[in-house]
Amino acid sequence: MAFLKQYISDVYRAVSSLLKGMKTTGSYFVRPKEIITQQYPDNRASMTIPERFRGEVVMTHDENNEHACTGCTACELACPNATIKIVTKFDTTPEGKKKKALDTFVYHLELCTMCNLCVEACPTSAIKMAQSFEHSVYDRSQLLKKLNKPGSKLRAGVE
Amino acid sequence: MYRETQIIESAKTTSPNGGPDAVDDGALVINVGPQHPATHGVLHLVITLQGETIQKIEPHLGYIHRSIEKMCESLSYRQFIYVTSRMDYLSAHINNHGCALCVEKGLQLEVPPRAQVIRVLMDELTRIASHELWWGAMAMDLGAFTPFFYAFRERETINDIMEETCGARLTMNYMVPGGVMYDIHPNFQKRVKDFIQLFTNKIDEYDDLVTGNIIFQNRTQGVGVLTAADAISYGCTGPVARGSGVACDIRKLYPYEVYNKVAFDEIIETAGDSYARYLVRIKELKQSVRIVEQLIDNIPEGDFQAKTKAVLKLPKGEFYSRVETARGEFGVYIVSEGGTTPYRIKFRSPGFSNLSALDHISRGCKIGDLMAIMGTLDLVIPDIDR
Repeated sequence: MAFLKQYISDVYRAVSSLLKGMKTTGSYFVRPKEIITQQYPDNRASMTIPERFRGEVVMTHDENNEHACTGCTACELACPNATIKIVTKFDTTPEGKKKKALDTFVYHLELCTMCNLCVEACPTSAIKMAQSFEHSVYDRSQLLKKLNKPGSKLRAGVE
Repeated sequence: MYRETQIIESAKTTSPNGGPDAVDDGALVINVGPQHPATHGVLHLVITLQGETIQKIEPHLGYIHRSIEKMCESLSYRQFIYVTSRMDYLSAHINNHGCALCVEKGLQLEVPPRAQVIRVLMDELTRIASHELWWGAMAMDLGAFTPFFYAFRERETINDIMEETCGARLTMNYMVPGGVMYDIHPNFQKRVKDFIQLFTNKIDEYDDLVTGNIIFQNRTQGVGVLTAADAISYGCTGPVARGSGVACDIRKLYPYEVYNKVAFDEIIETAGDSYARYLVRIKELKQSVRIVEQLIDNIPEGDFQAKTKAVLKLPKGEFYSRVETARGEFGVYIVSEGGTTPYRIKFRSPGFSNLSALDHISRGCKIGDLMAIMGTLDLVIPDIDR
């Protein structure tokens, strides 16, 4: 008799626990507003990416095609993965002196882990993190980027 | 001969201890992993079965070994922190925190109070996110698919908060020696409060869905019992040891940052089975919420980062610091020769020690119970293999 009682109470407990769980799941049928699925990539236009999101390193250029990179290689030294390679050249100043300047800012997006250490290290805030995140390309060589635009030069007053 | 075949052959023929380890005639040796949906990573288990009963489990590691410790020897004290996000990627913040603490110990650097509170807030949010993923994945291993979506729904909110403040969703690299990388986002406090409000209702939903479920209880209660003595001798930490009644919470025993100023309970269950380990984590979620609630309105004003030199040099010596990750004790041991890079780094990862108890607690269980045991051990394979 005790066995039967135990058996029936077990069955009752089992069925009620299962129904309780099903009630939780089933209640979402009548609360469709709480469903949070996003229809990516159809919602690209309405997506908001936080401004701190780290997508890739870019160099900021102003309207005169001038940047703030002095070629000091602080970012290159700060990078843990050798993602950045800075090629420098010697410019001649109006006074006739030779001065080190940036020639090419080589950036390997395929090696970058978006740790932000280069942006932190930059003394002139020449580089920053961009919010783009769709980086897939068909060939790896397309991920090798030159960050300074062609013809750009150092902004006056930046040392 | 394939490597897997070799391992099976050697498991059949060798009996290292002679007696109880010797494989009987008619035993079946099977592989679980390295590509298996329930191992959640490239863990390779060689299981000796007698019928359906597990006789022996041999974990084989090395499939995701990246030699992180060796890599860190060539990186500076600022740079090596980001690599540790790739170990236990579910508690990336807490790993980074442990490394930052160790470097600060070497530099004898005082962290500003604001940075300490932000760090603890981030740690606890990470712990909630990690336990959420564990809850979803574990229920999925046991055949319940819906909890996975529910867990990810709430975890997504935390990821969005992280994305807004830290700039990344999983491998944040937000902790730097001396504080945090940037100040919290202006929306941070409001969004965390919204999340807490949403989340406290959802924990009850979790209980209805899984904790009270009779199938789940029958599959986990009394399965994979780890006694307190075994938990200590295997070096288990975190929820695994606390489920066996061992008080081992680093936040209570060796408080770091502001953990000695906040009120929270150390959750201890004494049964030692899979269900006890499950309960510890579910209750820890509520404790983490409690810590966040206490701190979110009390972030002190001030600097978020202490002034440090451009090049960090640790004095000659040995430094060790430990933190409580979502999985247990994470230790960082740095040997410095006085240079800009560490001479040697050793990480004590919680997953490795917890995995070592797997063979002991699964012997005699059925093969179906293995998923419940592995689920509640909460193994993250890159953390085990490094």
